[in-house]
Amino acid sequence: MSKTLMVDARAVRKSFGSNEVLKGITLQVEQGQVLCLLGPSGSGKSTFLRCINHLETINGGRLYVDGELMGFREKSDAIYEMKPSAIAKQRSEIGMVFQRFNLFPHLTAIENVIEAPIGVKGIAKPEALAKAKELLASVGLSDKADHYPAQLSGGQQQRVAIARALAMEPKLMLFDEPTSALDPELVGDVLDVMRKLALSGMTMIVVTHEIGFAREVADRVVFMDDGIVVEDGTPSQVIDNPQNERTKAFINSVL
Amino acid sequence: MSKNTIENIDDVVAVPLRHPWRWVSAFVMVALLGLFIYSLWASPNINHDIISKYLFNSKVMAAAALTVTLTVVSMFIGTVLAILLAIMRLSTNPVLRMVATGYVGFFRGTPLLLQIVFWGYLGIIYPTIDIGIPFTDMIWWSEKTALVFTSLVAGIIALSLNEAAYAAEIVRAGILSVDSGQAEASKSLGMSSGYTLRRIVLPQAMRVIIPPMGNEFISMLKNTSLLQVVAVMELYARTSQISSQNLAQVELLVVAGFWYLIMTTVLSFPQSYLEKKYGRGFTVATQKSRWLRVGMKGNV
Repeated sequence: MSKTLMVDARAVRKSFGSNEVLKGITLQVEQGQVLCLLGPSGSGKSTFLRCINHLETINGGRLYVDGELMGFREKSDAIYEMKPSAIAKQRSEIGMVFQRFNLFPHLTAIENVIEAPIGVKGIAKPEALAKAKELLASVGLSDKADHYPAQLSGGQQQRVAIARALAMEPKLMLFDEPTSALDPELVGDVLDVMRKLALSGMTMIVVTHEIGFAREVADRVVFMDDGIVVEDGTPSQVIDNPQNERTKAFINSVL
Repeated sequence: MSKNTIENIDDVVAVPLRHPWRWVSAFVMVALLGLFIYSLWASPNINHDIISKYLFNSKVMAAAALTVTLTVVSMFIGTVLAILLAIMRLSTNPVLRMVATGYVGFFRGTPLLLQIVFWGYLGIIYPTIDIGIPFTDMIWWSEKTALVFTSLVAGIIALSLNEAAYAAEIVRAGILSVDSGQAEASKSLGMSSGYTLRRIVLPQAMRVIIPPMGNEFISMLKNTSLLQVVAVMELYARTSQISSQNLAQVELLVVAGFWYLIMTTVLSFPQSYLEKKYGRGFTVATQKSRWLRVGMKGNV
């Protein structure tokens, strides 16, 4: 293998009670790759994304990010739960963007962006502010720095959320249906920001229903159904020429 | 020019709806209140000279000041403990959870008056307070309980500990009112749970916590009057002491009531300031109009 693996999931399983949501996901994502996860709701794609930064604890298999086992320490054939501080350190290197934005409503846009760099990484405030202004400019929101989330549209909030995640200088970005909660006319601005980010070489895993975005931006498309990977390939393979019946049915229903 | 042409259709010049019964009821209420005040004023059984003599009496005012001090100190200690208890109750650690639940159950389950008297009697149960190694003769420090737990200290402890149990539930409700997505976003940014609580969750919870805590503050101010039973010379104890000498009970109740009303009124002012402070980002722009705020929320 010539390229480094950013995400290496091996037979990852996850259950909620007796309900097994992930039934052995094996998936490798190379550094710099943009991967779109497609699938019907309930297929486990969001859960898989949340397992990657250990928001959910996996029940089986192994999940490595940048060569490090997530949430556990491996030592002579046994694995141990990590301390919360060590898990937090791992998470701080992975950015995540949520369907419902989850901006901090009591902080302005720029305060949202600088909170973690100052509080978690210990970066000096002037430096964090300068970086945050740059990031807000890059998502087209220089003039909204001092607005509270409630004063921003959904699309603007989601772009602030992307800037907030990028402020931690992550090596991997996870997007959990970033445009699903947006009015149709606001989707484009968010996708534009993500397109720019993909071009900059960021490793991205995007759970989405935007087939057009997947076709245009993704290096690779993975179709999941019922907790397993059904189809895996380039956008043209998976979207335009699906082999599996379930993929075909899904693509037809959303196109 | 006619006002009702199509061009002017935006200008609503309607005659406002009349509310005659509001005027009638307002008049009745004012009249009743006036009659009541007059009946008190004209009553030969109330001595106005005694009221005016004691209203600004230095002993009464010192007692009122003590009441405020007791309230503020007990409220402060109680709130700090309450935040700790609420965090303990929401903790994943079962020991902390059970300790906090037991505490709240115990202090809410017994009357405040009983707790005050209990702390006042502490010296009977434990005549001395010793610091050393239990069941040995090693004692580094020892003092008579009555000298440490003076009636004032006992009163403050009783009020604080009782308040903590009630306020803990208010704080817990506030923390639970914050959307779980907030903690999730904080986690994904690498924040520890303590940092998340301090910087993200509690500031948002304050919005929900402050109005009922305002209530608690007022209750506390009035509950200080119970400290009369352990001989703390707060406002109620002082006025009843005076009235037991001059037998002007009603007059001194009026004096005490006047000061309690003044204090509760003044102490409610900080609440609106705090509500504004922690409402940032939730209530858009200024507090001009409730309807404007509702309208802007709808746009999000």
